[in-house]
Amino acid sequence: MDRLGSGIQADRLSPEQYAVNFSDLHPRLDKHEALVAADRCYFCYDAPCMTACPTAIDIPLFIRQISTGNPLGAAKTIFDQNILGGMCARVCPTETLCEQACVRNTAEDRPVEIGKLQRYSTDIAMETNRQFYQRAASTGRRVAVVGAGPAGLACAHRLSMHGHSVIVFDAREKVGGLNEYGIATYKATENFAQREVDYVTAIGGIEIRNGQVLGRDFTLADLTAEFDAVFLGIGLAGVNGLGIEGEELNGVEDAVQFIAALRQAKDKSEVPVGRRVVVLGGGMTAIDAAIQAKLLGAEEVTICYRRGKESMNASGYEQDLAASNGVIIRHWLAPKRILGKDGAVAGIELGYTKAENGKLVGTGETGIIAADQVMKAIGQTFATSGLGSLRIEAGRVFTDAEGRTSVEGIWAGGDCVGRGEDLTVTAVAQGRDAAESINRQLAAGAQPAAAVA
Amino acid sequence: MADIRNNFVGIKSPNPFWLASAPPTDKAYNVERAFQAGWGGVVWKTLGEEGPPVVNVNGPRYGAIWGADRRLLGLNNIELITDRDLYVNLREMKEVKKKWPDRAIVASIMVPCEEDAWKAILPLVEETEVDGIELNFGCPHGMSERGMGSAVGQVPEYIEMVVRWCKQYSRMPVITKLTPNITDIRYPARAAKRGGTDAVSLINTISSIVSVNLDTFSPNPSINGKGSHGGYCGPAVKPIALNMVAEIARDPETYGLPISGIGGVTTWRDAAEFLALGAGNVQVCTAAMTYGFKIVQEMITGLSDWMDAKGHRSLDDICGRAVGNVTDWQYLNLNYVTKAKIDQDLCIKCGRCHIACEDTSHQAITSVVNGVRHFEVMEDECVGCNLCVNVCPVENCITMEALGAGELDKRTGKTVDPQYANWTTHPNNPAAAPVAAE
Repeated sequence: MDRLGSGIQADRLSPEQYAVNFSDLHPRLDKHEALVAADRCYFCYDAPCMTACPTAIDIPLFIRQISTGNPLGAAKTIFDQNILGGMCARVCPTETLCEQACVRNTAEDRPVEIGKLQRYSTDIAMETNRQFYQRAASTGRRVAVVGAGPAGLACAHRLSMHGHSVIVFDAREKVGGLNEYGIATYKATENFAQREVDYVTAIGGIEIRNGQVLGRDFTLADLTAEFDAVFLGIGLAGVNGLGIEGEELNGVEDAVQFIAALRQAKDKSEVPVGRRVVVLGGGMTAIDAAIQAKLLGAEEVTICYRRGKESMNASGYEQDLAASNGVIIRHWLAPKRILGKDGAVAGIELGYTKAENGKLVGTGETGIIAADQVMKAIGQTFATSGLGSLRIEAGRVFTDAEGRTSVEGIWAGGDCVGRGEDLTVTAVAQGRDAAESINRQLAAGAQPAAAVA
Repeated sequence: MADIRNNFVGIKSPNPFWLASAPPTDKAYNVERAFQAGWGGVVWKTLGEEGPPVVNVNGPRYGAIWGADRRLLGLNNIELITDRDLYVNLREMKEVKKKWPDRAIVASIMVPCEEDAWKAILPLVEETEVDGIELNFGCPHGMSERGMGSAVGQVPEYIEMVVRWCKQYSRMPVITKLTPNITDIRYPARAAKRGGTDAVSLINTISSIVSVNLDTFSPNPSINGKGSHGGYCGPAVKPIALNMVAEIARDPETYGLPISGIGGVTTWRDAAEFLALGAGNVQVCTAAMTYGFKIVQEMITGLSDWMDAKGHRSLDDICGRAVGNVTDWQYLNLNYVTKAKIDQDLCIKCGRCHIACEDTSHQAITSVVNGVRHFEVMEDECVGCNLCVNVCPVENCITMEALGAGELDKRTGKTVDPQYANWTTHPNNPAAAPVAAE
């Protein structure tokens, strides 16, 4: 253990400190806490929280069910709309969604704790493995789902409910997509992502094939030939680069890789981190990487964002969380070049920026921050390979409101499409809705000719 | 400083807050703690006749209903009268009265409905030199099965008879405690008055089953899987008690009869309401059993501060002040027209006013105006019922505004008549008199 060792090192903290740092961010409410929190819900008419939820969970109803001692009924209300309600309870930026819409904000600046209540009830259902859904009688139809992230899982579950057989192809070793690889460790502890996958797939009729990469192991044409329908939930495989001098130095890495490696590490003390870390970006990925670098024992972690606070994609809550963990957030700084010494990062030179008529320009001043690790969190990109003639719009797969792509028989949802925010909950909604669209189309096709005539 | 000293049928106490006859007044230890905390008086837990005392169940005696955060709203009990020896109680009463001469001590009594039984116990109580007696004709559980408590209180003739014995065999002031488990509270009150009672006290507890255990299907509190109805008290019963107090206070036959108000008094505000509706003082039990005796300090300061703020100098200034404003429905002014008004600055847009009105009342509140979530009263539909005010979670956000004389009521299309008019003269009333009676 060497807390202040320079360079990128593992084992900076005591085992106890690692355990504390990566424990559950918000422990679950106990029963009494849940009852008190639930009582604050006004059971609004046409509730604004429900409208604000991308999956349109009936929030007043599930909270009322909690308040009357029926957490399992509450869980079913949640899962009816969002089968990944457990993960969403952990990772949703509720402060910009349901809780922002809560009328209690107007009354007293303190919303009902919707996220925590959702977690309370979904945890109870999942821990007792209470399954609420059964497969309909088999339709004999087969649907391919590409990508086992939130969109793909939600789609697969809903398709299975309707009696279709689902084959899920996923490039990675483990199922879950960003839920498994992209979420800060302290937000989904105790292997929650995998437990949730098990809970969702327990409905049956869902076969998962891991290590299957679109374009390498199979093509879209293979799928359309073999299956009755195809759903793409392939996320964003690419990462934006800086395109500046020094990017190739040891110690420069993608924040998403750092987050994924940390999530997968059984022993957090084995995950190396710099003594001084600079994270470039202003979104949730930047925050998650920065906080966790700090929790791994980095002495100094600085987020540099090229615009002002108000432009950051990370929510105010997340920014505060970073600050309370000792992360320094600096605005109006754009990277110019990464400085190296002996092939490794030694620092980063940044240029001060300002907005001029809405455009970002450099002021000409520069500064250097000493660093031995630089993480890039400046956005992910859609990798278009293997998609054939699929219409791409603004760098993402084009779909209509139901999730239909430009090619008959292919649907898409989640981060890979250009609708809605890149959130777990949005992906779930799109996967679910695409499944309903697929089901409608398959059902229409299944009707006997006599019925049409 | 307002003077809150109390003189109730000649019984003096430094404030109008007495502890009711109940577990908190069962023995000297509790009563002395109450006096130390500031209580003006106590009605000692009900004494039974000489001989082996009653026994209580050895399982749970209380059940409750709660609001969120387990705030106790209603309490139910199946405890009986004192289960201590009569002479132990009498001795302690005498000692405590001697030690606390400025506080009121009243003995509650429940013995069989026989002249000899009352004749026997009254001198024993008188000997303790306590300030008066309260006749327990109220307890609805246990003792009532043996022909006492509410079994007496439900038969006006028995009340009158026993009160008469007490006045005959004792010179102590007699307070007759009434049961609410009766259709019209005026009949037992009138009977008590005919018997010569000095005062009535009410309400005793209401017969109740507080809840059912849905695993065992036993009523609560459960005694080995069975339950029995208990007596209900606490904040939940206050509205019932207020009405019964007011009924007696305004009944021509009992008008002026001193009343000790009981039933869910928890704060100074509750007490002030009882006083305003004609009570001469109040008795408290559940609030003390929930929070301890210290609550009386809030009651004393609260009442006194409110009286100071309003310029009331003594309890006489407030007692009975609301009685004249309690009337029969038929005399309410039908020309008093109100409309709900929503303060848009205070509105948090929960929509509860809308859905309550839309689903269950008069479809008089909007939910969307010009495509925007907006809640506003439609005066042409509003009957002024006040439901929206009651369901709104924000105080003073929705108010009832009275239309002035001559203003147009958009619902009826008529202008507001400045004249008082009630049902007795309304054209729709087949029995209408030609002129309004007030």
